[in-house]
Amino acid sequence: MFQFILRRLLIALPTLFILIAATFLLMHLAPGGPFTTEKPLPDEVMANLEAKYGLDEPLARQFGTYLFDLVTDFDFGPSFVFKDLSVRDIILQGFPVTLTYGFWAFIVAISVGIPLGVAAAVHQNSWLDYLAVGVSIGAQVLPNFVMAPILVLIFTLWLGWLPGGGWQGGQIEYVIMPVIALSTSFMASVARMTRSSMLEILHSNFIRTARAKGLNGTSVIWRHALKPAMLPVISFLGPVFVAMITGSMIIDYYFGTGGIGQFFTNAALSRDYGVMMGVTILVGTLTILFTTVVDILYAWIDPRIRY
Amino acid sequence: MLLDVHNLKVWFKTGDGQVNAVNGLSFSLDAHETLAIVGESGSGKSQTAFAILGLLARNGYASGSVRFKGKEILNRPAGELNRVRARQLAMVFQDPMTSLNPYMRIADQMTEVLQYHQSMSRQDALSESLRMLDAVQIPDAVSRINNYPHQFSGGMRQRVMIAMALLCRPEILIADEPTTALDMTVQRQILDLLASLRDEFGMAVILITHDMGIVAEFCESTLVMYGGRMMEAGGTETLFKSPLHPYTSGLLSAILSLDACHQDLPTIGGEPPLMTELPLGCPFHDRCDSVQSICRTTLPKMESIERRRYACHRPLAQPRNPP
Repeated sequence: MFQFILRRLLIALPTLFILIAATFLLMHLAPGGPFTTEKPLPDEVMANLEAKYGLDEPLARQFGTYLFDLVTDFDFGPSFVFKDLSVRDIILQGFPVTLTYGFWAFIVAISVGIPLGVAAAVHQNSWLDYLAVGVSIGAQVLPNFVMAPILVLIFTLWLGWLPGGGWQGGQIEYVIMPVIALSTSFMASVARMTRSSMLEILHSNFIRTARAKGLNGTSVIWRHALKPAMLPVISFLGPVFVAMITGSMIIDYYFGTGGIGQFFTNAALSRDYGVMMGVTILVGTLTILFTTVVDILYAWIDPRIRY
Repeated sequence: MLLDVHNLKVWFKTGDGQVNAVNGLSFSLDAHETLAIVGESGSGKSQTAFAILGLLARNGYASGSVRFKGKEILNRPAGELNRVRARQLAMVFQDPMTSLNPYMRIADQMTEVLQYHQSMSRQDALSESLRMLDAVQIPDAVSRINNYPHQFSGGMRQRVMIAMALLCRPEILIADEPTTALDMTVQRQILDLLASLRDEFGMAVILITHDMGIVAEFCESTLVMYGGRMMEAGGTETLFKSPLHPYTSGLLSAILSLDACHQDLPTIGGEPPLMTELPLGCPFHDRCDSVQSICRTTLPKMESIERRRYACHRPLAQPRNPP
């Protein structure tokens, strides 16, 4: 098992390098640049600007410098748009925000979704099942950009219980609505996925064996069915977790939380190479990391995968 | 009488209508008896076993009566059934590859039975499980018990299944085609093992199979099923020597024998009836060589002579009356 984990982590490193290289190349291949404006700048100004940001050097050298600073200094370079902020500042400022609401949204999504799915599968075709399926279909058609205004309408405008936006260092009343808005549709997906995979496991031969052994229903489900039923759900949750903790542009805009989600879109629109690279590398690294975590969880659950 | 099954019916509600798997089956099993239930695929053998233990699929229903030592166990709530399952009535399934939980160590799958039913400590349960693995002749059980099912071969897995079923020393073991998924040489070993364990533990065994060779060697009495009904039942020896039902005789003549290897293997022509629409009359009439007009319209009554029972309008040999 230890060897398996080590091997997974070693494979992750070259993947990460390829990711950085590809992002860097694509970004520089695209026509236009951060200083392209509707009214072209004079050539001398352009040359000065490019020299300041090192864009006049050969591509390979730019990449080398970038990589070196990144590895030795955790330095993603300067932002091309925000003159007084480095990319690291932006990430350090925005990521804790999305990490906070994303993490809680994830916890809410799985702690509601999984029990709901299990209950629906165990009581298939009962009123509980229909209710759970109904609720999750309802929640699935409520993506965060629909949920957010509805929540603000109810809790801010009608009831006046929660502030309609802002972050204030993550005080609880500012976190609640982003968490609910972000978790609803994921919770529904988790519930539906858990239900269908649980149903499949409950029909398998080894569950029949467990019942023939005279074990009570609870231990059949918890000891025998739950772990295998979680396999497909876990592989879905890896990328979902990354998507959630890196935030959502909609949540950041709508609630003015100042998370990293909004920088990503802004950077793409204003061709802020530095921020785009930084955020892409952040999301990419997290994706690789949690894919590895999923692999390890898989091997822990299914002994046939450890090799 | 250990087990008494009376007028057992099993049906499934499906999208294509009701499937009638078992249609009024009655039989009984004495202590230490070995009963074979034979019949081709879809004759309702396995569903009979599942119904007895309350293991039918969710869309399956059963009616009639199953009494274990006089106590009704059919359609009882799970809590009540769980006091009978494993402790008194245990089951070994057809496919050892999928019947063990692939995500749990053998040790955990075995000890939980003893911990649950006999409130044993984990340590005691572990040593009892080891004893049982020795009894089913798993070499090096002490280290093998910590393995997962995929680390065992098919035959070894079936041995583990048998060991697991016997943990609580049940009075009846139902073996549902225990050797069908295994290759020929392993089949032999598993059957020999079952026979010796039966004698050692003094169990009654219900062996579900479609292999007449196994029946002849292993079981004192035989019940032949077709279309969810009993066609014929009796002591294996007399039943093999002078089958009364044309279906039994068809099954017996379809056994491969070495001296007949250059002849065509006799078969029973035609297909089993669709279980959604039961035919009028005898379920076998479409495929029967000695079919009469009455066979198409009237269900034959269950006749019984001595210890033999049969349901046929025109039995092959008139059973001898006792002198």
